[in-house]
Amino acid sequence: MNLPDPNRLLDRLVEQIRPHLHPDSALLGIHTGGVWVMDALLERLGLDLPCGVLDIAFYRDDFSRIGLHPEVKPSNIPFELEGRPILLIDDVLYTGRTIRAAINLVFDYGRPASIRLAVLVDRGGRELPICPDFSGVKMDLEAGQHISLERDDHSQLRLMLRQAAP
Amino acid sequence: MIRNLQLTPDGKLHHLLTLDGLPARILTQILDTAESFVSIGDREVKKVPLLRGKAVFNLFFENSTRTRTTFEIAAKRLSADVFNLNIATSSQNKGETLLDTVANLSAMQADMFVVRHASSGAPNLIAHHVAPHISVVNAGDGRCAHPTQGLLDMFTIRHYKGGFHNLTVAIVGDVLHSRVARSQIHALTTLGCPELRVVAPKTLLPREVESMGVHVHYTMETGIKDCDVIIMLRLQNERMQGDLLPSAGEYYKHWGLTPDKMKLAKPDAIVMHPGPMNRGVEIDSDVADGSHSVILPQVTFGIAVRMAVMSMVAGS
Repeated sequence: MNLPDPNRLLDRLVEQIRPHLHPDSALLGIHTGGVWVMDALLERLGLDLPCGVLDIAFYRDDFSRIGLHPEVKPSNIPFELEGRPILLIDDVLYTGRTIRAAINLVFDYGRPASIRLAVLVDRGGRELPICPDFSGVKMDLEAGQHISLERDDHSQLRLMLRQAAP
Repeated sequence: MIRNLQLTPDGKLHHLLTLDGLPARILTQILDTAESFVSIGDREVKKVPLLRGKAVFNLFFENSTRTRTTFEIAAKRLSADVFNLNIATSSQNKGETLLDTVANLSAMQADMFVVRHASSGAPNLIAHHVAPHISVVNAGDGRCAHPTQGLLDMFTIRHYKGGFHNLTVAIVGDVLHSRVARSQIHALTTLGCPELRVVAPKTLLPREVESMGVHVHYTMETGIKDCDVIIMLRLQNERMQGDLLPSAGEYYKHWGLTPDKMKLAKPDAIVMHPGPMNRGVEIDSDVADGSHSVILPQVTFGIAVRMAVMSMVAGS
């Protein structure tokens, strides 16, 4: 399968997002891929918007099955969230469970005016009623397929597709 | 034996009983995880849902305000249900054995026991007998270990000094009776502290203490010279009654940390104390409240470190 170039997807995302930004909008990227996408979007938008980083490890719904992620990082929202329109950003949208956790996390910091969701890739397979407001591409992948965003030492992004062992 | 008990077959922390023999990988993981919990204290909602629905029992067979309270806050910030058992007024006084008490609490669907006991080894005994899904966290046992205190001290040192590899650390005072000192020594040697000293009169040092990897000093003049970190230990009042020491005044004169003696340490040295402090015995008020003191941040960090330990053992 030919995978799309993340740079093209980012260009598309920026076009979709730009008309919806308010003067007091803020961006929140989900660690780690969502933060890479957020950084790339900010560069393309050319705007100086407040942004923060979310690590959803403490909000995962599978903690009692798989335990705590060994490399949890602190979440950092260095702005007043109360009343702001928030753009939540992740690399790949799959089951929707990460987004559910991220929304819960955001509300523990305060009450935003709104939350919209932007993802680079919507790969289908949702298990929760969550839908992206903006997405770079929609793909229909099988349950055994795993798509991920990677970033090399030169900050170049690329998509990787792996097939789970049968 | 203890080491195997603490870790699951795939190397995750399941009980925390002692820092003796815990690999640096686990110690660092606890400190890193605690780092993420520190910022939760600044949020509007100071809770995360990790331990929702879990029952944590605080079993304090020995009194402690600070440790019990910080464990309770930690468990509540993880959204656990916390039950504090006042053992002094409980069935232990009616003759129930420790293991019967634990078996009864397990029958009440406990998920975690936080245990403080005057007898060394009590938390290990409990860990040996509980069901596999239950975790035990040692909150101080006899003279043996106080691992979460040792960990919060490591967190404090790393916070202010950035790491352990270039540090000179002195532990001053009653090392002989101190479970805190034992846990600190195990952690500091595992984490690669190159110069670890114990400073005390001979009567307050364990025999063959050098075998733990420390340098022994009998005077403050050599002991805290050029130190980056000075950890003061509490001089327990009951030690004064025996023949280990002449008097509190005499002890203060030789081993109490005063502003004058602080000048021997590095200018940016930090002073730590596990509490409760005896002002005017092991530490002068001007030092305890002075610019080198990080004694109150230790308490705050203690919450984050206990959250890290509880969330790691509960998820193993």
